[in-house]
Amino acid sequence: MHIYKPEQEPAVRSLGPENLLLKGATLKNTKKIYGVSVYTGMETKMALNYQGKSQKRSAVEKSINAFLCVYLCILISKAVVCTTLKYVWQSKEGQDEPWYNQKTQKEKDTFMYLKMFTDFLSFMVLFNFIIPVSMYVTVEMQKFFGSFFIKWDNDFFDPEIKEGALVNTSDLNEELGQVEYVFTDKTGTLTQNNMEFIECCIDGFQYRQRDVRSELDGFTVTDGPVHKLQPKAGVEKEELFLRALCLCHTVQVKEAGSEETLGDRLDGMLPKPEEERGFIASSPDEVALVKGAMKYGFTFLGLENKKMKIRNRQNDIEEYSLLHVLNFDPVRRRMSVIVQTRSGETLLFCKGADSSIFPRVRPEEVDRIRLHVERNATEGYRTLCVAYKQLTAEEYMVAETGLQDARLALQDREEKLMAMYNQLETGMSLIGATAVEDRLQEEAAETMEALQGAGMKIWVLTGDKMETAKSTCYACRLFQRGTELLELTVRTLEDGRSKREERLLELLRDYHKRAVQDAPPVRTGVVTRSWCGSQEYGFIIDGATLTLVMNPPRDADASLYRSLFLQICQNCTTVLCCRMAPLQKAQIVKMVKNSKGSPITLSIGDGANDVSMILEAHVGIGIKGKEGRQAVRNSDYAIPKLKHLKKLLLAHGHLYYVRIAHLVQYFFYKNLCFILPQFLYQFFCGYSQQPLYDAAYLTMYNICFTSLPILAYSLLEQHICIEILLDNATLYREIAKNAMLRWRPFLYWTLLGIFQGLMFFFGVRFLFSNPALQDNGQVFGNWSYGTIVFTVLVFTVTLKLALDTRHWTWLNHSAIWGSLAFYVFFSFFWGGIIWPFLKQQRLYFVFANMLSSVSAWLVIIILILLSLLPEILLMVLRKPRGPLSRQKKPGQSNVGGIPSSQSSARPLLMRTFSDESNTVILTDGCCHTSLLQASEGALLTGAVGWDHQSSLTSADLHPLRFNKTQQRFQLESHDSKSHKTAPSRHFLL
Amino acid sequence: MKNEGESSERPDNTAFTQQRLPAWQPILSAGIVIPGFLIIGLAFIGIGIGLFLTSQTIQVLEGPVFFYYGLSNYYQNFRKYGVSTDYYQLSGDTQYFKSPQDSCSPYSYDSQNKPIVPCGAIANSFFNDTFELYQIINGTKKLVPLDGKGIAWWTDYNIKYRNPTLVNGSLANAFDGTSKPLNWPRPAYELDLTDQNNNGFLNQDFLVWMRRAALPQFRKLYRRITEGDYAAGLPAGNYSLTVHYNYQVLNFDGQKKIIFSNVSWMGGKNDFLGIAYLVVGSLCVVMSVVMLIVYAKFKFSEDDV
Repeated sequence: MHIYKPEQEPAVRSLGPENLLLKGATLKNTKKIYGVSVYTGMETKMALNYQGKSQKRSAVEKSINAFLCVYLCILISKAVVCTTLKYVWQSKEGQDEPWYNQKTQKEKDTFMYLKMFTDFLSFMVLFNFIIPVSMYVTVEMQKFFGSFFIKWDNDFFDPEIKEGALVNTSDLNEELGQVEYVFTDKTGTLTQNNMEFIECCIDGFQYRQRDVRSELDGFTVTDGPVHKLQPKAGVEKEELFLRALCLCHTVQVKEAGSEETLGDRLDGMLPKPEEERGFIASSPDEVALVKGAMKYGFTFLGLENKKMKIRNRQNDIEEYSLLHVLNFDPVRRRMSVIVQTRSGETLLFCKGADSSIFPRVRPEEVDRIRLHVERNATEGYRTLCVAYKQLTAEEYMVAETGLQDARLALQDREEKLMAMYNQLETGMSLIGATAVEDRLQEEAAETMEALQGAGMKIWVLTGDKMETAKSTCYACRLFQRGTELLELTVRTLEDGRSKREERLLELLRDYHKRAVQDAPPVRTGVVTRSWCGSQEYGFIIDGATLTLVMNPPRDADASLYRSLFLQICQNCTTVLCCRMAPLQKAQIVKMVKNSKGSPITLSIGDGANDVSMILEAHVGIGIKGKEGRQAVRNSDYAIPKLKHLKKLLLAHGHLYYVRIAHLVQYFFYKNLCFILPQFLYQFFCGYSQQPLYDAAYLTMYNICFTSLPILAYSLLEQHICIEILLDNATLYREIAKNAMLRWRPFLYWTLLGIFQGLMFFFGVRFLFSNPALQDNGQVFGNWSYGTIVFTVLVFTVTLKLALDTRHWTWLNHSAIWGSLAFYVFFSFFWGGIIWPFLKQQRLYFVFANMLSSVSAWLVIIILILLSLLPEILLMVLRKPRGPLSRQKKPGQSNVGGIPSSQSSARPLLMRTFSDESNTVILTDGCCHTSLLQASEGALLTGAVGWDHQSSLTSADLHPLRFNKTQQRFQLESHDSKSHKTAPSRHFLL
Repeated sequence: MKNEGESSERPDNTAFTQQRLPAWQPILSAGIVIPGFLIIGLAFIGIGIGLFLTSQTIQVLEGPVFFYYGLSNYYQNFRKYGVSTDYYQLSGDTQYFKSPQDSCSPYSYDSQNKPIVPCGAIANSFFNDTFELYQIINGTKKLVPLDGKGIAWWTDYNIKYRNPTLVNGSLANAFDGTSKPLNWPRPAYELDLTDQNNNGFLNQDFLVWMRRAALPQFRKLYRRITEGDYAAGLPAGNYSLTVHYNYQVLNFDGQKKIIFSNVSWMGGKNDFLGIAYLVVGSLCVVMSVVMLIVYAKFKFSEDDV
């Protein structure tokens, strides 16, 4: 962009992605801007995303389609059978055209095959009611109204953001009850994305922020906000580090008043409480760092006219002019600023992930700090390293022009910038490292445990470091003590002996052998897995290795790699994928989704980087987190907190699935036993397409007489009440793999329908062997026959539903009894009047006459009872395996158990054993057992009183942990209740 | 945007929205089912015995005796046959006397193209055999009086079917310009020569015929024997039945039969219901016993645990 100003040389500025204002951006700090709108209309993200979303179809709908095909076949075969038999029957002399029923001339002239065809079509019309068209309407209604219950649920209401759950689609309610794989983001989903500065390490010395929350380590009580450790770093180093923290960021200060009087603060007369100062940044880490620096005495005051102001410990204002910001990006994993001090020095401050900083600083500095960084990472903190570099004037000039050129380049701008950045960020000196804690979400561990108890496999997909992610997994009890970790990362690949590809294959084969072949043949899904006995596996892979697995150098291996990888993953309870790019997340979801058995996947995330995986999975859940609304907008359901996922799946999902599955089966069943008597009647009426029921009954059956009870059922049924569902996560497994809509239950329902249809028809058929059913000797005709069958039918299918209803609210009562009453009322009404618009008064007084016959009453009663008898019997005999036995032994199945409130409040306590001690790496597989033993020994002797605040050496790392576990143990032993409910703590004994 | 606006409010905390409506949760426990089955079974056996005995006591000899004619392999339930009628004619609408509905075809017009009233296959195939029953007492025939009243549904006779309004006090004039159905010996207004009120569409035999049978083997009520010496039933003795054979059944392998029967509260003789009740009743009793055994065992083993 060229800028022309009067009396000046045209200046050239670059326009990049950072200049793009996305939809929803708000203007601040300036009154107006000039802009050009790009990407409008159909090119907006919203419009582009729109198409992909509406294509999610639930597994239930697939089942419906399959069943529909079966019923279509039944329909066609019925029509074919009837047509064939009709012509066979007619071939007999005198049957085709008896004298009392002669054909018109036109009928006689019709070509034979044409007649057959029209007969076939007539049968199709006659039997078409077997296809439950009204089911689609009911299903849609059920989904639409049903989704309100999620929205209305008070448990999903979060008082902080004053919002409840949001339902973006009602198509997938039942899918919530079918989830087999949960893909979760880490930051903001498992963790709160609420960063807190925990400690820093300057020049190898540890500085720890102490506050009330860390009372668990409370050996030393400190009075000041900053506790300095005994040998401490030099003051210059300390201040340099804190300055770096204050300068190297893109945080903006949000003042309470618009223009704070700087003078006041300069005098120090008005000490504004710093805590009230608001910071705004794209990344919460940066805010945490700036706030952390503030606690140590360096306050960032804001950026004005390219000048960054800092108040140092002496309450002096330091000013730095900001020359360049080398933005953060996920590839470089670091960011830098170039500032100029008042004295004219040009400094480059850089902060970033250890892996990206360490190679760029002097090696001798690394060792002292690496220790802290690694320890912090295993503790579950997010670590950043800070480095700086002094630029000479010449160096700066080179950098300046280089950056300018790169920014203005129209081609390969990214690459050129990257090269320039890399060139600049070399030869730095390392000052220190920071540790920021991202606290776990409320009840994250309970939620994850409940989901695992429900048989779901949880995959954590994160962009974070492996160590950080791993400890989060431990904290969330995704990995437990007994979990054997299979690691497939760059680290395990590079053991120096063989090539990466070979090593990868070797590892894959080995893990496959362990997790798949050696494991006892366990069928997941319908068969409940005994998960206490068998070995659990956890799998860890990182982005780079995943790329290698997905796109191996030789294409021929691709399928082998993938299938090995998938099989391993499928046998692991938890899979952790770290260092993932957003697209890789979607790639993984897609791979699992398309794997054998096409399992139902659920993605949950809160940020824009999760959108791709949310869109890819069968069910996408957005968390109304801190990272904007993008995930929420693209999700199918949005919930305020992770903990709500438990109720959403275990209660709502389960219920919706049971409801809709029952609804579908019931609809097919009731239409089958509706139309079967009509089919059978053809054998008794010379295959003449004579309907058994009156047209009004045919039409009203699905619309009025039997639709409301099932709708009420499908909205209100709670076959197991919500509390029990939440307490017993294993109940979820009973409906896994579409259990209620598989072929077996479908066959059961179909057989039931056939049985009842036969009952209805032949029961009345035998009664009509003497049609004189009234006490005055008068006889009943064909419409009476049909009406008796229909009455039995309506009562039976409604009472069948009544038998299935486990949760009778007044709505169910009114729907069921109301429908039956309506049927009786309607029949009286329909038969009570000579309808002027009807050509034939076929049903006139038929119903009333029927009721005047005792025999009709008796046959109706016995047929209803007989039809329901097998159902009642099954129900009684099935009882012992029902919820009764479940309640008997809650201790065993109670996995999602009583929520123990403590654990998530103190998540770090759960991080006891070293990750390495469980990790299986081929090269040091033998030593992990010895480590375990060592740790037990340490526990026995009780290494109490270890001063973990002194500087640590690598050998001391483990005792520190034992110390913690020891304390934890003491804590736990007082609290026997939480002891019972959290199996992960048992190892301490 | 609307969604966000709504959800920013706290959801209603009502029993309905929170899915906490008070509900009755029935549990079919053995304690209910076993006695239930037993009671139902016993009740059914009771009803079954009653039905069966009633059905067995239905005989010819106790009055009033009902006289049925039966046809087999006769499909009154053909669809084409069933629609081949014109209700408007039968409700006395003379407008339709001139142009019967198409559904009556090929029984709408005769060879002179005069409209047939009543048109259609059902009316045309009206059963026109007549019967006379004699008791033979000492070699002499004594006519048993047959009562043709009250054999059709009350509503058919009084409401559903109507004769056309009389023209010049004569029913025959109302049928002017129409032709009798081909198979009929006499036109509709002369169906019953003895009783003027039993003519036209309100002829009871005609009404009985017009109510189509459900199955190809059916019986229809012909007469009741309610008068004179026979009101209490047909006394034992020799009887002779004279059949005026008009109705063709042989060419479609049909059969005709005559049934004399009395009826009870449950209608005509039918063993099916009684047997069905007995079977289901005893089934219920047996099952309750089986369940009791199973339950006892189950409970026993439960105690062991």
